[in-house]
Amino acid sequence: MNDTLLLSLIAFLPVGVAVLLSVVPGSKRELIKTISFAATVVVFVLTLFLVKMYFDLRNPDGSWPTLAERAAAAKQALRSGRPADPKDLVVRYPWIRPFEVEYYLGVDGISLPLIVLTSFISMLAMLASWNIDKYVRGYCMLFLLLETGMLGTFLALDFFLFYVFWELMLLPMYFLIGVWGAPSRVEVDGRVRGGPYAAIKFFIYTLVGSVLILIALLAFYFHPAEPGGNPAYTFDLMRLHEIGQSGTAYSLTFQIVMFLLLYVGFAIKVPLFPFHTWLPDAHVEAPTPISMILAGILLKMGGYGFARIAYPICPEAAQYLAWFLVAIGVINILYGALAAMAQTDFKKLVAYSSISHMGYVMLGFAVWSLAGDPNKWSMAFNGAMFQMIAHGISSPAMFFAVGVIYDRVHHRDLNRMGGLANIMPFYAGLSTIIFFAGMGLPGLCGFIGEVFTVLGSWQFSRTVAVLAASGVILTAGYILWTLQRVFLGTPSPNILGEGHGEGHDLKRFLPDLSIREWVIAVPMVVMAVVLGVYPDLVFRFMEPSVTDLILDLTKAVAGVR
Amino acid sequence: MQDPGILYVIAVAIPLASFLILLIGGKRLGIVAAYIACAAILTSFAISTYGLVRYAREGNLFAAPAHHGGEAHGQSTKPSATFVAFRADADHQAGESAEHSPHDSEQGHDGGLVWSGQIRWTAFGEDEIRLGYHVDNLTVVMFFMVTLVASLIHIYSIGYMHEELHDPVHDPLAVERGQPPLERPGRFPRFFTYLSLFCFSMLGLVLSDNIFLVFVFWELVGVCSYLLIGFYYERRSAYRAAIKAFVTNRVGDFGMIVGLAIIWTTLGTFTFEETRVALAEGKLSGVLLTVAGLCIFAGCVGKSAQFPLHVWLPDAMEGPTPVSALIHAATMVAAGVYLVGRFYFLFSPEALLIIAIVGGITLFMAGTIAIVQTDIKRVLAYSTISQLGYMMLGLGVGGWVAGLFHLITHAFFKALLFLCSGSVIHAAGTQEMPEMGGLLRKMPITAITMLVGTLAIAGIPLFSGYYSKDAILAYTLYFAQQNGGLLGPALFLLAIGGAAITSFYMFRLWFMTFTGEPRDHHVYEHAHESPPVMTIPLIVLAVLSLIGGYGLGIGQPPAIELALQNGPAAHGAVFHPPHDVHTLAGTFAFGAVVLGIGLAVLFYGIQLLSPDDVAAQFPRLYQFLWNKWYFDELYAFLFVRPVLRISQWARSFDWNIIDGIVDGTAAWTVRLATMDGRFDFFIIDGIVNILGEVTYWFGERVRRIQTGLIRQYIVFLVVGTVAALALLFYVTSLFAR
Repeated sequence: MNDTLLLSLIAFLPVGVAVLLSVVPGSKRELIKTISFAATVVVFVLTLFLVKMYFDLRNPDGSWPTLAERAAAAKQALRSGRPADPKDLVVRYPWIRPFEVEYYLGVDGISLPLIVLTSFISMLAMLASWNIDKYVRGYCMLFLLLETGMLGTFLALDFFLFYVFWELMLLPMYFLIGVWGAPSRVEVDGRVRGGPYAAIKFFIYTLVGSVLILIALLAFYFHPAEPGGNPAYTFDLMRLHEIGQSGTAYSLTFQIVMFLLLYVGFAIKVPLFPFHTWLPDAHVEAPTPISMILAGILLKMGGYGFARIAYPICPEAAQYLAWFLVAIGVINILYGALAAMAQTDFKKLVAYSSISHMGYVMLGFAVWSLAGDPNKWSMAFNGAMFQMIAHGISSPAMFFAVGVIYDRVHHRDLNRMGGLANIMPFYAGLSTIIFFAGMGLPGLCGFIGEVFTVLGSWQFSRTVAVLAASGVILTAGYILWTLQRVFLGTPSPNILGEGHGEGHDLKRFLPDLSIREWVIAVPMVVMAVVLGVYPDLVFRFMEPSVTDLILDLTKAVAGVR
Repeated sequence: MQDPGILYVIAVAIPLASFLILLIGGKRLGIVAAYIACAAILTSFAISTYGLVRYAREGNLFAAPAHHGGEAHGQSTKPSATFVAFRADADHQAGESAEHSPHDSEQGHDGGLVWSGQIRWTAFGEDEIRLGYHVDNLTVVMFFMVTLVASLIHIYSIGYMHEELHDPVHDPLAVERGQPPLERPGRFPRFFTYLSLFCFSMLGLVLSDNIFLVFVFWELVGVCSYLLIGFYYERRSAYRAAIKAFVTNRVGDFGMIVGLAIIWTTLGTFTFEETRVALAEGKLSGVLLTVAGLCIFAGCVGKSAQFPLHVWLPDAMEGPTPVSALIHAATMVAAGVYLVGRFYFLFSPEALLIIAIVGGITLFMAGTIAIVQTDIKRVLAYSTISQLGYMMLGLGVGGWVAGLFHLITHAFFKALLFLCSGSVIHAAGTQEMPEMGGLLRKMPITAITMLVGTLAIAGIPLFSGYYSKDAILAYTLYFAQQNGGLLGPALFLLAIGGAAITSFYMFRLWFMTFTGEPRDHHVYEHAHESPPVMTIPLIVLAVLSLIGGYGLGIGQPPAIELALQNGPAAHGAVFHPPHDVHTLAGTFAFGAVVLGIGLAVLFYGIQLLSPDDVAAQFPRLYQFLWNKWYFDELYAFLFVRPVLRISQWARSFDWNIIDGIVDGTAAWTVRLATMDGRFDFFIIDGIVNILGEVTYWFGERVRRIQTGLIRQYIVFLVVGTVAALALLFYVTSLFAR
């Protein structure tokens, strides 16, 4: 298949189907859901095909041509009017010529696993949306629009296009949380909370971040490509990487300011302390499938932004700010875990565990010591990237597990559960594996990211490695405590609401997993095991690209110093 | 078969296959689950027996040295002095880049026989992580012990867990005291599912050729332990014990991760062999080497329940008794000792000293607590901690063979003791020794086999424990003689005192359970001898506990000792204390044991003295021991409660500070907007009133498309977005030309 067609289909098939849905009568709910699900399946299959194409792209010696090389070749082809290589997985067409904006998509080992993850989780989340019965057509259209936004963000190599996709995610998400989430406005300790609050909080936080990214985008656009030269006038990320890594174009101050702008933008998405409080609120109010998307993919946008934009364009600033970033990463790990321990709302607890786990991502990126061995940084960076994938599997699965029990008991209060292991044994078994994956148990996906990040961080700072490693104790503490409160012991008398649990045949009210729920949970559990046992499945694609990046950045900064 | 090492890999994989079959089969398997699991572990046992025989033949495993027990072979207790250079194995490096390169070598370093193979797992830049198996004499011995004990315990469990075949189960042990029996589903197949997973993990741990893979299996056995301690999870004490076990172990594992980080960063490898070579080349030395050793040891402290992380093991007795025997006595808790033995060259002399001290403190402390406990399993649990302390002490003072020898003999007699206690509990329906008594007549096989175990653990000559414990004491005494200062003698005193204490509390246990008048007639009437499926494993283990220290012929040194020292795993760390030291230590030990048994006879055998009087005479001491040296209270005060408090702070920081700022900003923005709105309303609107009228008129007409239907709005949104993009495309392309 032609790569233009393939990449464009992956990005735009969902929104195309969304447009199609607008002519389907809204009353045909099953049909609408089936069409939407079929669309997500097709996109997933297309991304698998993309993996195959990427695999075929290898040089005879087994290495991959770098994205920068392929992008440069595509540019050459475009300039000279030759037809572009239909297999190089870079798509370049002029879009808004006067401003040098391009329709410019591309795939490498950093984005490919995230793209597959996105289509995979979207597919499962769509399946988990089956019990949505409010405005089904609107829901599905927004969902598909969201999927286009996410896939486009990971595919775009033009900063402007990236920004368009980035913003495109915002609006559907706002509606999906606000309209399909918890409907009511509630007061907690004299403060307004509830669905609309959470949606607006999400919206404003993300919008603030976007504005800062926009400023950086424009600043890069107008900054000269070499000292004293004309403005660069480019949104080409590969070109910006080159300029940023040349060491002469950007002053250190400029880099630091830009990096900090991007940092806030991406940190809100990750989310990093202290910009994290929108996340628990959003999760608590969002419907289950949207929580799966939010935790599984949207948080990864921030990490991807660091890996694709902030680090490559501003390497000196990243090196300069390494200690600050590392500190934030460690704070996230420990603070998130501690805050999770204090929660009594099941979903909020899982949300805080996400914050803790995403701390490893920032840590793994940041532990860049110039004096040290770049291979160790590569290990940490790869660990961080893998952590995004692993968390992208385990965290949606955890939110799904919360959703399953919420659908049955209609509350999320951990103190009012208990004893479910005997009532819903299969649910308990699968959830235990899922939560163990989140805990970072060896043999499951969460372990790989955590341990490689920590191992790689030792050469940066021993204290940091020790602090990060100590997170495993806290994590075990809150995960096991949670499992205990939900599954072990005997059922709380209030499990079905005040005084409704006693005397009832709980098995009747709390049926075990339905077939649809099995179909959603099992792929995630299987992936958690597969990635835990054989992480090379991801690393074989990811590691060459990441290591190239690491070596480029190290060379760039070492050349300046 | 060309490579016998692969056989071991298969032996590890069989329990995994069993686990998967049982997992998928689930509840409907019923008793078949037990047959599958037993068949699996017995097959592994058969393979490991074949491996042992073959290794013994090819590696000359049981050859007696020329001067056993004579002069010391190496005068130094520092293993680092006796490193042997690792073979410069060219194909070791050559195979690195290959995708899958199992490479096998028949010859290890130093002429020792090693069966090994590796595959590439993943790589980062130029650093490659390879995982593989490594079979040397230590592996062979451990593998044989684990599969043997596990097989016997599997068979025993068929009888012991029989209740669980019923559905529902009314198990009086599975509810809190004072509540009516809880009805719950039987969990017979699940028990064997977990056991199979455990066997896989434990065997994998023993077979791994690198510390990373050991860590992976290390955590897996921890999870199995968690699942099995919490097997009766309806019970509060059970799930609490399970969580405590896992989290306490995680404290040790945290240290282990740091140790992994040091090893990986400084040496760039995880495998034991490469680490050994790199250390011999001096790539890691000084303080960092000691720290690395202590970090790895921290993991061992957690897993082997050493001071100060021993608190989880007594609580772990909440699990079914076969689990206590297999996991919490014979195999998993010994993994810490195994790892110290396996990674012996990593430990600097300073680190070994710490190991010895920790072992000494542990063995003494746990022994003193065991004296006053009344729960039969708890006594055995503290005795396990104490014996593990002996092993650590042995390793720490340079007695590599002695420590691991004791690991093996202990596995036999402690598994036996636990299974006997299980037989008692099964028959009597209680774990409290004060409710037992006189059970000898009711269950003679259990009583006699347990006596064998008791004699073995006490270290009575001709029983296995005698040989291994005496060896440890001899090394400790030799260490005390070689090193000046008070530390050596103090360690020796602790060890001798511990020996006396051990024999005292073990005979106390035996007398209280089996002799005297029945103290609770209900219990006594209820009691009966267990079925053969349970007693046959007892008899087999009793025989092993008796002969575990014997040589293969008259006058030969113990076979297990030979197997441990005649191979590459010892890494030249083997030396023997002089004969007179051995004799002196043995004399001391024998005196201590006789003293302990004598006191036990006086107090509990012929009841000439009353233990209650002694307890009343030293109430403070008694309380101190009864409350297990107040470790639980101390840790709750030092760690658990502060962490919970800090977590509440984190939560309230989010709510009050961060969200306070966010919500406050929002509120002020709204206030500002309101003022702005008023300004608009009164001033600007006043001016543009007429314009407003016009707008109103216009609005009236536009209102019709505002239907209030969200899905319609979304259609507008989607269509609008697409249309805008299309338009933009079109216009700009026009513009471009």
